Amino acid sequence: MDFLPDIGLATLGFQFSVGLSRAMILFIVTAGLSLILGVLKVPNVAHGSFYMIGAFMAFTVATFFGGAIGFWLALILAPLGVALVSLIVERGLLCRLYDREHLMLLLFTFALMLIFGDLVKLTWGTEYKSVAAPGIFSGSLPVFGLPFPRYNLFLLIIGALVGVGLWFLVNKTKMGKISRAAVVDREMVSAVGINVSRVLATVFVIGGWLAGLGGALIAPTVSVALGMDHTILIEAFLIVTIGGLGNMWGALLGSLIFGVTHCFGVLLWPQFAIVFPYAAVVVVLIIRPTGLLRPTAW
Amino acid sequence: MWLQIAIFIVLLILPFIVPTFYVYVLALIFITALLAMSLNLVLGYGGMFQFHHGVFYGMGAYTAALMLTKTSLPAWIGFVAGPIVAAVLGLVMGWLCVRLTRIYYGMLQLSLGSLVWAIVFRWYDFTGGDDGIHGIPMPSILSSLNSSYYFALIISVICLIVLYLIVKSPFGSTLQAIRDNSGRCAAVGVNVKRHQLIALVIATFFAGVAGILFVVLEHSVFPDLLFWTLSLEVLIMCLLGGWFTFMGPALGAAMVVLLRTFIGIYTEYWTLILGAMLILLIFFLPEGVMGYLLNRLKPPVTEVGQRGSK
Repeated sequence: MDFLPDIGLATLGFQFSVGLSRAMILFIVTAGLSLILGVLKVPNVAHGSFYMIGAFMAFTVATFFGGAIGFWLALILAPLGVALVSLIVERGLLCRLYDREHLMLLLFTFALMLIFGDLVKLTWGTEYKSVAAPGIFSGSLPVFGLPFPRYNLFLLIIGALVGVGLWFLVNKTKMGKISRAAVVDREMVSAVGINVSRVLATVFVIGGWLAGLGGALIAPTVSVALGMDHTILIEAFLIVTIGGLGNMWGALLGSLIFGVTHCFGVLLWPQFAIVFPYAAVVVVLIIRPTGLLRPTAW
Repeated sequence: MWLQIAIFIVLLILPFIVPTFYVYVLALIFITALLAMSLNLVLGYGGMFQFHHGVFYGMGAYTAALMLTKTSLPAWIGFVAGPIVAAVLGLVMGWLCVRLTRIYYGMLQLSLGSLVWAIVFRWYDFTGGDDGIHGIPMPSILSSLNSSYYFALIISVICLIVLYLIVKSPFGSTLQAIRDNSGRCAAVGVNVKRHQLIALVIATFFAGVAGILFVVLEHSVFPDLLFWTLSLEVLIMCLLGGWFTFMGPALGAAMVVLLRTFIGIYTEYWTLILGAMLILLIFFLPEGVMGYLLNRLKPPVTEVGQRGSK
């Protein structure tokens, strides 16, 4: 039993950076889920599949072009690929189901998860894939005297950019305004002559793009493998719930809680590291069942 | 009633006429059907968003597995302990969850269940971790496939009869009333939360029974039994078969198990086929398969006007 091993300051710093960067990827993925849940009221079980497809697409693009350029192209193309997939799903099937009950939408996205899982297996096979980050990301930079891996710094920057971009989108653009109105009263929005259906499609595609981006970003740090969709999905749903359903800042807060408790777990009790975030989620939901921040109407 | 007895007699003699593989599949159907029916007690009849029912199934299975492998107690104690532990877990988790309604009930249950999964998944020394436990010894009367088939059949039928009686009892009627209008029930003096908690404990008990039946059939347990995907699958079985009828979930369970087995023979991509069929069902049979069949089979209703003119 590996309880409380010797923790040096360097290990602490390193783990904390890992926790924060993991939280950033969780935030990007969860923000997408939160958008879809809040605006479209769809419990998107296929969100994990979008993430996984993003990771696998990033692998293909990165290996095809090779080298550092391959990685950067993957970061651009993989999320776009996932966005395209989500567009096809939304326009082809999902838009016809908006008036059904939530359990039907859950069933639908569950069926999508099954289908995508096998499609990924068909396309890429069952072996683990790996993506290499470009050379400039190897090694660490000293931050407050502690070594901070460069790639994790990069993830922090990307996470911040995504956060700012989403805030801008939701609060400062016309589309964001319509989405917020659609959350409150979708019928009324179309009654005043706005093409709600187009807005819903855009939001779903953005959500898919975010999941794909998360997958592409995590690809260099983990083995890209089948089953990624299952692990990320439960984490994303729990994070969305502790943050407040549909609340973007809640997604950030929840992701930070999840990521940081996980890194504490790795430091304190490595064998049961994943138990820490799940326990934290349980504590939060017992104290505040609707989430820490205000959820959108559900 | 006679139809059910006839079916039961057919099921009794089946192992003597069909190949062993079908006997295995049928036993698996009994177990999965029991699990789905136990879920439906709280889902369909109780209206509760039971998102992680699989935890209780898995806990029942793991309890039996651990008792059979780690202790030298007789096997039947393990079989009885399984459902009891599942029900106790149901009581504890339920006590935390029934305070909440609708999706928040489900999400808290999902988080508690995921916590249980995470602990079992990582506790390699005790639970076998991600490998699970294999080669669980069975008492000699239960060790053959045919005997586990009969064990599963008889126990499932008994449990189904008990579930039916519960659903038809005043308790069951109150539960459905709570599902339809809990505010009104509270107004007439029903203790809504206590009722829901009792229903949950019953449902989790039967899920635990399904769990020990799984151990008898497969002689092993895996942490997958506790993972959210299985819970969602059982939920889907209830929706597929029709959650508003008694046998609907059993039908849904049979469909999923049969699809998985027989499509799995031809292609390893059976999940894709299952997903595609689910989507077809959503678009063309929104009432679930049972609902569709009931609509087709029930006699046409004559209009009041027509009756009056005759």
